[in-house]
Amino acid sequence: MKRILVGIKRVVDYNVRIRVKPDGSGVVTDGVKMSINPFDEIALEEALRIKERGGAEEVVIATIGPADCQAQLRTGLAMGADRALHVQADGVIEPLVAARALLKLIEREQPFLVIVGKQAIDDDNSQTGPMLAALWNRPQVTFASKVELSEGKARITREVDTGLETLEVDLPALVTTDLRLNEPRYVKLPDIMKAKKKPLETLTLASLSVEARQGLKLVKFEPPAQRQKGVRVKDAAELVEALKKKGLL
Amino acid sequence: MGAKVLIVAEHDGAKLNPSIAKSVTCARGIPDAHITIAVCARDAGAVAAQAAQLTGVNQVLKVENPANEHALAAVLAPQVVALAADCTHILGPSTTFGKDLMPRVAALLDTAQISDIMAVESATRFRRPIYAGNAIVTVEIDPARKIVGTVRTASFEAAPTGGSASIEPVSLQVPLPTHTRFISISAAKSDRPDLQTASRVVSGGRALGSADGFKILYSLAAKLGAAVGASRAAVDAGYAPNEMQVGQTGKIIAPELYVAIGISGAIQHLTGIKDARTIVAINKDAEAPIFEVADIGLVGDLFQIVPEIEKLI
Repeated sequence: MKRILVGIKRVVDYNVRIRVKPDGSGVVTDGVKMSINPFDEIALEEALRIKERGGAEEVVIATIGPADCQAQLRTGLAMGADRALHVQADGVIEPLVAARALLKLIEREQPFLVIVGKQAIDDDNSQTGPMLAALWNRPQVTFASKVELSEGKARITREVDTGLETLEVDLPALVTTDLRLNEPRYVKLPDIMKAKKKPLETLTLASLSVEARQGLKLVKFEPPAQRQKGVRVKDAAELVEALKKKGLL
Repeated sequence: MGAKVLIVAEHDGAKLNPSIAKSVTCARGIPDAHITIAVCARDAGAVAAQAAQLTGVNQVLKVENPANEHALAAVLAPQVVALAADCTHILGPSTTFGKDLMPRVAALLDTAQISDIMAVESATRFRRPIYAGNAIVTVEIDPARKIVGTVRTASFEAAPTGGSASIEPVSLQVPLPTHTRFISISAAKSDRPDLQTASRVVSGGRALGSADGFKILYSLAAKLGAAVGASRAAVDAGYAPNEMQVGQTGKIIAPELYVAIGISGAIQHLTGIKDARTIVAINKDAEAPIFEVADIGLVGDLFQIVPEIEKLI
């Protein structure tokens, strides 16, 4: 079956104002809204559009994390994914561990395309996609803004610092999504009801023979340095004057 | 025993990217670092010569191969792994080049990566921003494995030139994949300074209203000798190309002067500019969050104010 695998991460919703815990042991996540990482939502949307165009027969979503992640998988199923895989794991899951787990799922599911977000908006690591492509020994196209598939190949445009770069890769391949690839659809109520009946399989890191190794010790968390409060000027002339005073003009 | 740091050079075949001089400064923060820069290119000569001039660099390796004409992560990663055999640290800039390549290197080395290093506390301890810069985490990595990292270039000054490192050609016997092929790159030609290294940046948001609206910014930028940036909203709306985006998912910059025009200041944008020396905000909404970080704020109609400023300078 022509299958696309999409990796999804549960993160603190992008609208939540992040606060560091007073003891520096982490950021406050109790009682805050959690969502699918926005870039992963774009990844799922792209997979669904490819399937709707007849380019794939099945879209499988997968996540690695605690039991609560099933809420985000249900959202993904409501968006239109056919099946969900939940790799149950607690504590810090580093990108390399996530990549190892996703590799095991690739070996099982044999997708021709794997799509993940370019970064998660919590740890901002931007690592899992390329790490997975390396372990899989397959092509990677990061920061994709346009994906065109043909027989056995993909032509993908990516957003790079200098502009837009187009690569051609042999399939299977891994793609990470940038913001302008698409605009994810809204979930409709009947789809939420339907999603409850879609298959969601639970696995564990141990059942996949993946070790939950932590390479980075998180020593302490701090709020960022605050900028000094500035001044208000009343018009363009005052602004230019203020800049001159600072030696900036 | 001191650290042996390998920095992977970003370049366009002719010029070394300015992010590398900043990565060198980061590397110099590692105690007793011996610093090597690897230049993988079709013809590495010109770029290697520039790398050798950076103060603090001990050695430059030229890895010449037609396959290195374009920077493809899948092609570069196995070469970097081979070059890093006796290194303790492998660094790349946290640009789209480094973000693409370094995790691929880390995975091949079976080691965790430290992304966006903003401060070096020791050979194994680093600080980095998370949650769009709303928290800073200090991480400690096990020195038993190689340490792979990307450098948040806005956090470091460029290493000065004046050095004279040795340049050595290296030939690698590593099989390289052919499954990834470069087709094209479209970059708008512009006479303006580079956004990532400019000392002055003028940036526009959705309030500019159209691609045409951005013209008053280009005009002001020309007068100031400034680069031009844009908020995500402006890029999404098609007013400005993607390479102009500043913020969490765009470019992180640290100019002397940043002028935010018609930008409300979403947290994702602010994370891209918080290292700017002076931030100026011009916005008609007095409550816009951009004013919370601005050193100088001016509430008013940008279409009136911007041409006025241009006339006054």
